[in-house]
Amino acid sequence: MINFTDVFFLAFAFMVIVSALMVIMSKNPIQSALYLVLAFFGSAGLWIMLNAEFLGLMLILVYVGAVMTLFLFVVMTVNFSINPLKNHRSKIIFGLALVAILLIALLKAISLQHYTPLINNAAILDPSNTHHLGSLLYTTYVYPFEIAGVLLLTAIIAAISLRGNAIQRNRKATDFAAQINVKANDRLKIIKMVAVQKTFEPLEPTE
Amino acid sequence: MIDLLLAAIWVFIKVFIIVIPLMVAVAYLTYAERRVIGFMQNRRGPNRVGWHGLLQPFADALKLLFKEIITPTPSNKYLFIVAPVLSIAPALAAWAVIPFQPGLVLANIDAGLLYVFAMSSLGVYGMLIAGWASNSKYPMISAMRGAAQTISYEIAMGFSFVGVLLAAGSLNLSQIVTAQQGGIWHWYWLPLLPLFVTYWISGVAETNRAPFDVAEGESEIVAGFHVEYSGMSFAIFFLAEYANMIMIATIASLLFLGGWLSPFEGIPVLGPLTSFMPGIGWLLLKIALMLFGYLWLRATFPRYRYDQIMRLGWKILIPVTLIWVLVVALAVQFHLAPWFN
Repeated sequence: MINFTDVFFLAFAFMVIVSALMVIMSKNPIQSALYLVLAFFGSAGLWIMLNAEFLGLMLILVYVGAVMTLFLFVVMTVNFSINPLKNHRSKIIFGLALVAILLIALLKAISLQHYTPLINNAAILDPSNTHHLGSLLYTTYVYPFEIAGVLLLTAIIAAISLRGNAIQRNRKATDFAAQINVKANDRLKIIKMVAVQKTFEPLEPTE
Repeated sequence: MIDLLLAAIWVFIKVFIIVIPLMVAVAYLTYAERRVIGFMQNRRGPNRVGWHGLLQPFADALKLLFKEIITPTPSNKYLFIVAPVLSIAPALAAWAVIPFQPGLVLANIDAGLLYVFAMSSLGVYGMLIAGWASNSKYPMISAMRGAAQTISYEIAMGFSFVGVLLAAGSLNLSQIVTAQQGGIWHWYWLPLLPLFVTYWISGVAETNRAPFDVAEGESEIVAGFHVEYSGMSFAIFFLAEYANMIMIATIASLLFLGGWLSPFEGIPVLGPLTSFMPGIGWLLLKIALMLFGYLWLRATFPRYRYDQIMRLGWKILIPVTLIWVLVVALAVQFHLAPWFN
């Protein structure tokens, strides 16, 4: 007897596997990136089905909504030559075999005994998984959480400062305070001129 | 098996009950936009088809339906067709968690606000892919502009959501509305005013509407990402844009304007006098008000310069929301009356 859950699980699992394969098999980098988006979608669906709705929605929000958008942004602006990507089919089999071995090793290492299943687990799902995640992150694990945040901030500042010097050198930015405070007199000069007087001789009335 | 099928059919019926009025609302929003802006600019707007031009949206839809869809030769055919679908799908999917009245919601999920936010962040893909797949200059420029703008304003929007969920103590949209019980002064627009303004500005920027419509900028890049589109494929972009506008207006009414709650709750004479109004009526009125705001903005302001859009998003809105989130957290912690007791 099949039910909704099975159907959706199979659909999402199929989606993840096929799109993950297409990420490395498609010839066009843009299509690869779009298949990666689809793979993220599938995994988000799987997580939501495991009652981890927060993780699933965050995957869509952060990875699909922001990271992959920027990724596509970069890939679209770079003009790829397609040729180096063409002859890599033979290596894919090797890569897939390697991944399969690693995956089996990983599954062997993390046996299920160490984990309590999330699905239908009343202790975790009441009131909700998001609720528990939040209270754990901000009480028990507050230091690791904050340290991770500071690390990310450091990375942002480092990235900006690496680029910053080059920006400072040929900066074209404008001073916004000066722009806002500009008056009409600074931009437009009205010059008073004496209008040229031209005298017309009155036409003689025709008779 | 029959049960399964019946359940599926029942869900489909509910989806249609939401989507069909939404499509009609979109059609009449385009009419209202042209009429309202017309009156604001001292013109009449469309008034020929039907009584006061009321059949104009159907005439437009029919015209677009019968036009040929042209796919440019150098375009990426597959993505060119997929792009409009990708832009309308999230715009419709977000409606699944919108509560119209107590209990009147398709899926009352706990992470409703997160879901809406996730869906609204997906809208940019349609534009990005359309811009790239067209393989043409203006759509490409527009896609770049639109993507950068949407990502930037998403952050400010997310922080304004953080303020709301701090105040309501829940991500469930129905619970957020019920937390605002008690008349117009108890709605979150007042204690969260800076967040409300930020949300509204970023909402306008997210939907690429005037004065933030650089992605479409007619005077610079013709029509932006949908230059190469025609007929129904263009109409779908149009539908998605207006459905997104209605979505942003609905979220604003739910989070900051008390959703289905009556503004006169607890007021002696007006409260009982207006008690005949069903909750969904108030919600629709609030949505209409916010949509009018959209049209008003479009009729009033000239288009922003691109660097100024970025400056507004990153250097003004994000600091404002960060500070106000802190203020809200303190207010909630110390049970500031009358909102957070």
